[in-house]
Amino acid sequence: MIAELGAFLALIALCASLAQAALGIGAQNSAPMAAASRACAHVAAGAMIGAFIALVAVFVRSDFSVGVVAANSHSDKPLLYRIAGAWGNHEGSMLLWCLVSALFAAAMARSHTAMSPGLASRAVAVQGMVTAGALIYTLVLSNPFARLDPAPFQGASLNPLLQDPALALHPPMLYLGYVGLSAPFSLAIAALLEGKADAAWARALRPWVLLAWTCLTFGIALGSYWAYYELGWGGWWFWDPVENASFMPWLAATALIHSAIVTERRGSLAAWTILLAILGFAFALLGTFLVRSGVLTSVHAFAVDPRRGVAVLALIALALGGGLTLYALRAPRLARPSGFAAVSREGLLVLNNLGLMVAAGVVLIGTLYPLIVEAMTDRLISVGPPFFNLAFAPLMAALLIAMPAAPLLAWRRGDMAGALKALWFAALVAVGAAAVTIAIRADALWAAFGLGVGAWLLAGALAYMWSRWARGGPRSLRRLAALPIAVWALTAAHAGAGVFAIGAIAETHFREERSAALPIGGAIDFAGRSITLRAVEDVRGPNYRAIRGVFQVSGAGGAAMTHAERRSYDAGGAPTTEVAILSDGLNDLYIALGEPAQAQGAEAWTVRFYFNPLVRLIFAGAGLIGLGGILGLAALLRRRAAP
Amino acid sequence: MRPRGRRFVLIAIVGAVLVAATALTLLGLRDSVVYFYPPSDLAQKARSGERVRIGGLVAAGSVRRDEDGALLFSVSDGAANLDVRYEGQPPDLFREGQGVVAEGVWRPGARFEADTVLARHDETYMPREVAEALKARGDWKGAP
Repeated sequence: MIAELGAFLALIALCASLAQAALGIGAQNSAPMAAASRACAHVAAGAMIGAFIALVAVFVRSDFSVGVVAANSHSDKPLLYRIAGAWGNHEGSMLLWCLVSALFAAAMARSHTAMSPGLASRAVAVQGMVTAGALIYTLVLSNPFARLDPAPFQGASLNPLLQDPALALHPPMLYLGYVGLSAPFSLAIAALLEGKADAAWARALRPWVLLAWTCLTFGIALGSYWAYYELGWGGWWFWDPVENASFMPWLAATALIHSAIVTERRGSLAAWTILLAILGFAFALLGTFLVRSGVLTSVHAFAVDPRRGVAVLALIALALGGGLTLYALRAPRLARPSGFAAVSREGLLVLNNLGLMVAAGVVLIGTLYPLIVEAMTDRLISVGPPFFNLAFAPLMAALLIAMPAAPLLAWRRGDMAGALKALWFAALVAVGAAAVTIAIRADALWAAFGLGVGAWLLAGALAYMWSRWARGGPRSLRRLAALPIAVWALTAAHAGAGVFAIGAIAETHFREERSAALPIGGAIDFAGRSITLRAVEDVRGPNYRAIRGVFQVSGAGGAAMTHAERRSYDAGGAPTTEVAILSDGLNDLYIALGEPAQAQGAEAWTVRFYFNPLVRLIFAGAGLIGLGGILGLAALLRRRAAP
Repeated sequence: MRPRGRRFVLIAIVGAVLVAATALTLLGLRDSVVYFYPPSDLAQKARSGERVRIGGLVAAGSVRRDEDGALLFSVSDGAANLDVRYEGQPPDLFREGQGVVAEGVWRPGARFEADTVLARHDETYMPREVAEALKARGDWKGAP
């Protein structure tokens, strides 16, 4: 009954979205029709919320007559994972996609006064089309409410690796980001339809971009953190196609954030900003396609259903093809002479956009190349980290080196000498960081370069804040607190990039790894610590049994106990690894318990040890970048509230 | 600078970045792409010293550890077997009779020294390369 109610509500949402689109397009400048379109957006959002609650309810009640519940849940799963199971599968995640799109449409309708009436009605209409397209796909090709007959007695359970708090949050965050990019897309299409993209349009656009980007940032960071502690081999980024699928929209959205600033402040680059908004959403759809069609060899396994792949491809073609055609027809009209020197804030932001989009293109080629080669030659290849280190890293390094100077330059015509003067201390810190690295490890030239760049970014962001602090008066605490939120936002995001770079470079170049067979009571010396396997015991969890290795770690900072597990879930499936992580806030000692083994004839356990230096800075940096997004959003909303 | 000069600078920079990115991409695709081979194709198709991915099923009864604690196993594609040595812990889903993909440097006549053994998230999932190789040999028993 609940499932049927859910399907019914989703159908209502579909009808409401279609009405929302038709009324919004037809509204032109008719206020009543625009109001009706907005009302439909609210109805669609309400119905989608109801539909999604219905899906969560069938999961919580373990109604195994519903196909997705039977395939992805189990009655003895903890409540949190029964709820999270609702979006831990293809069908449910698509319903979440539709829900988020409908919520964005309603939010856009609510904030329609921030836009001109013509823009608002068209943007709400396009957002309605996006929701309707996603809903048609979901209801026809991956209906989460489909029943099974006969219903099984028990479900097949959620993949144990996915039973994890970070993974309960990761998909909704990522989807808020992916689908969030549909809002800038709608606004871009609306601007093309209206034939007007001015500073006011960019002002309406920026909060949506920033919201989507912030969610995407946190979503990717959560996924990376999950991979780090759950997969048991200590990696946080693999250049896996599914990771790339979320990274490409992030790069495009980062570019869009910056070009929208130029369009708002200077009125220029409007056509380019529109193009970026279209491409950003296309990347987000491509991400959905790559993940959900199963076309890629990937550490993430997903069901293969070619019809779904073809349907998502058709939706991409519609959004991208339609968007670009409209762009080709209308964009020339939006072009506007832009008067700025190469050395100016605009100049560097154009460089930023160029670098980010070329980087996204490189990632796209690296991700799709195996598919192209296979289609053309039948040979199977993989494109891994060596490719990205070679093609992506230099581009990114160049981009990051230029980054600290941009906010220090004035609009139109900047003073590079003055900007560099403000950065002398950052340059000193960068050279110092590189020198210290070389002093510790003489052969680590690349690491020294990378850590230098990271330090340059971090110190450069602080230099920007330092110079803003001095503007128009002495540096006092009162004036520091009175700095605009936007300054804090920029500083946090740019400093976060530096912190992230330092962590990523240090972890990649200086991680230590060792595998050993330890008898109980046996010890090894690793990364300046003595690690003893104290005991191996059987433990019982809520829905799994585990073998738990208890380790004593003694080092300079005293001794600590920690434990790592191998879990076997009652519902079946392969054992999973729960690693032990001893963190001092910066560096992690990471221990994974392996299988029983023999050592000198006695019973022993294979254990893997990793020492991941500065790995916490990776996640702290990503968090700072996301914090920058939140602060930026606060600045934009406050400005909107008090015009 | 005059508008024309400005435009020239912009085009020059865009051009330089695009040329550099294209060059690096082509170089990367030529040199750092790894080909996949089933064991029976290795001898004819792979060059000695080439970095390759190999894959197939872990042969039954072939998994053991040598005296250094390294993992020894044999990968089979139905027609040929390849002995693999891997220092480290295999992924959770590594088991006899299951599909596996390993990456390392290929030298004819020697045991394949893998530095990576790939993990999959799902035990019902067959590495795609393995499925393709088995299909090509007619040994595929799963869904088409």
